[in-house]
Amino acid sequence: MAQTIPFTLNGKMVRVTADPDRMLVWVLRYNLGLTGTKVGCGAGLCGACTVLVDDEPAFSCSTPLAAVAGKSVLTIEGLAKDGNLHPVQRAFQEHNAVQCGYCTPGMILAAYALLKKKPRATRAEIMAQLEGNLCRCGTYARILAAVEAAGQEMGGAL
Amino acid sequence: MKRRDFLKFTGATGLFILFRAPAMAAPQLVATRPAGYPLDFNAYLHIGADGRVGCSVGKVEMGQGNMTSLAMLAAEELDVPLERVDMLMGDTDLCPWDGGTGGSLSIWQFGPVLRGAAAEARAVLLQMAGERLQVPADRLEVTAGVVSVKGDPARQVGYGQLVQGKRIDRHLADVKPKPVSAYTLVGTSAPRLDTLGKVTGTARFSADQGLPGTLHACIVRPPAHGAALKSVDTSAAERLPGVRVVRDGNLVAVLHEFPDQARRALDLVKASFDGTPPALDDRTIYPRLADRAGGGKVGVQEGDLKAGEARATTLVEADYLNAYVAHAAIEPHSAVAQWKDGRMTVWAGVQAPFPVQAKVAEALNLPARQVRIITAPIGGAFGGKAAGPQAVEAARLALKAGAPVQVVWDRREEFFLDTFRPAAVVKIRSGLDAAGRITFWDCQVSGTSDREAEIGYDLPAKRFSSTGDGGDIGTSAAGLHPFPTGAWRAPGANTNVFARESHMDTLAARAKVDPLAFRLRHLSDPRVIRVLESAAERFGWAAGVAPSGRGVGVACGSWRGTIVAAMAEVAVERSTGKVKVKRVVLAQDMGLVINPDGARQQMEGAITMGLGYALSEAVRFKDGRILDENFDTYPIPRFSWVPAIETVLVPNPDLPAQGGGEPPIVCMGAVIANAIHDAVGARVLALPMTPERILEAIRKG
Repeated sequence: MAQTIPFTLNGKMVRVTADPDRMLVWVLRYNLGLTGTKVGCGAGLCGACTVLVDDEPAFSCSTPLAAVAGKSVLTIEGLAKDGNLHPVQRAFQEHNAVQCGYCTPGMILAAYALLKKKPRATRAEIMAQLEGNLCRCGTYARILAAVEAAGQEMGGAL
Repeated sequence: MKRRDFLKFTGATGLFILFRAPAMAAPQLVATRPAGYPLDFNAYLHIGADGRVGCSVGKVEMGQGNMTSLAMLAAEELDVPLERVDMLMGDTDLCPWDGGTGGSLSIWQFGPVLRGAAAEARAVLLQMAGERLQVPADRLEVTAGVVSVKGDPARQVGYGQLVQGKRIDRHLADVKPKPVSAYTLVGTSAPRLDTLGKVTGTARFSADQGLPGTLHACIVRPPAHGAALKSVDTSAAERLPGVRVVRDGNLVAVLHEFPDQARRALDLVKASFDGTPPALDDRTIYPRLADRAGGGKVGVQEGDLKAGEARATTLVEADYLNAYVAHAAIEPHSAVAQWKDGRMTVWAGVQAPFPVQAKVAEALNLPARQVRIITAPIGGAFGGKAAGPQAVEAARLALKAGAPVQVVWDRREEFFLDTFRPAAVVKIRSGLDAAGRITFWDCQVSGTSDREAEIGYDLPAKRFSSTGDGGDIGTSAAGLHPFPTGAWRAPGANTNVFARESHMDTLAARAKVDPLAFRLRHLSDPRVIRVLESAAERFGWAAGVAPSGRGVGVACGSWRGTIVAAMAEVAVERSTGKVKVKRVVLAQDMGLVINPDGARQQMEGAITMGLGYALSEAVRFKDGRILDENFDTYPIPRFSWVPAIETVLVPNPDLPAQGGGEPPIVCMGAVIANAIHDAVGARVLALPMTPERILEAIRKG
């Protein structure tokens, strides 16, 4: 049975009327039309659908709508502010850390979640944070370099 | 009369007479391009009134970066800045025909087509500018899309002003593209053109179309290969609100506005199947393949094998096994189809939009012109998105449903319907003489082709045979294999390079010669030698007879004209058989390099992807069922696996650009196998080299 569930999406309050068991990825993509969040494996095994719920990475393919009631959800569409890319996004561009780009939104959000808490994260910490995000094109080495560079920029700004 | 004769100059006065021949209104399409590619350069290039260059190609971008390197080629020939080129790719209405993207052909094969078209366009633009500025074309130069008179730069006209966004009706034959020595953009590293949309989430992959009223389809699938739908009861599914059932022959689907509801409805469909699934599994396939070895076609036979064997003082014989592996792109096969105004439009992530257009047209019994395929950016393909069955499914369902239909395979369907890289058995017999030289080489490949089975080692007697039937080019029907197999990044080569380079290492060890020196001893091709030496220099290769305990390995290979050599350092945990690849150096001669950073990105990606088929990936199956259904039991490389990677581009600008996407992956099985042998003295003959297999090899010594 559909329910109306309020939550904050990319800084704005939204109310979605849908089955509370519907996975967040479907809500984002097909109730709200935000297609930046990708579907990869449907089982929390690849990280393509990663969004942030209250600043923590969550697999939106395995997170029911009811679980985000009253919480704050950030998707890739909400990361750039006023047309300015976030340093993590810019670093992915500058390092050519993108090939097919399908895993990229999830990678960027997972990395952002870590750097927001700890801009000077070590390489080992970055790898641990991103271990659940798969990139079949094999861009990992560049992603690591990009996240490190973004961390330095974010750390410098503090 | 040839176009170049139109402008005739009187040298003494500098006057020139322009012949406005009537032929100018009726263009002569006299340029030459490979079969199938349109002759008219307007098919590839459009100059906007603002001077921006629209470049349309039938190739598709699936992550490999050809959008950027093709744009570079066009920008270079036209002398316009790269940022002024807008790429349009893989749209059958708007782009010139192309046979499909794969085989590392975008630059190697299609690059010259685009260069030729752009060179002709530039020559025509110069001619037009000459008329406008009243000077002969040879007194003109082009800077950033603006044509000006040499020594008098105030007299100028931009491409945009000249063409005014119109089609250009003139043509010139025999225009030579720029010489490589004149390149200013090609050969420098350019940032990818497709990153902004991909880092902001605005890039629209095929499932991201958001057409109003779209229905999501979940399709009834058989449980096993070899099973066919016998009967289906959809009544329970139809009782769910908003669910529609569409049936078109054997294609039965449940449709709903939301994919989760469609999936729920599919679970309520009762279907029965008949047929005889092949009674094979991921172990019994190997004896079957081995039995067929030698029964195939002999591709190469030179010298006297018997005499070579008689001269040998050491015989080495081994069977090398390779598993079925999945493409496992993170983006599933996806398509959205819309029937509107008598035309079917399909947004689909397919490697071959024009062949898929023909397939959709055939399935719908429509002329091809009533079908349009729009290729969205593809979220990885690796050979697995060539045939585009999901586009046909979506189109058939949309036609019946009277609404846009989206088909997105779930991960289980991905593993079930994938055209896997074929498993194979490669039997190699060879021998060494007392001086440590190879006397003969007899290689029988079963399950795949013998492509790249040899790399030009000096072999006095040799024979290569193969059964083929691996769908190396395109897709095979089930035959030798229990399910369809197909092209997978460098088809045939990963298997054959693994076998050959493993065998070379065994021979080197038996000859008590350093494996690099042993290879060089049997090589005369200067490119292969130079690439091996370049890898060795970067790696800091120290000669030693394997197994040295250091865990270092070497392998070389070639693909699509590109020569690669890899060196790796591994650590093997003897108690568990676990391998950590610590460092990989990859050197590559790919001829002229268009975008060096793009080439390195492919090399790094191939090394990383290659760790999977080398160490962990093998599709498990039994009686037609695919037992791996997601990434939990089918491990692909992840962050913690990544070694230190160093890439070396061996300069060879006089050779035209060769393949870039596939070649750097072909050595990965062999180089790791050889490094493992060097570490622990155990030769693993089967890919993937799982801890169990490594332990078994260690036990056997």
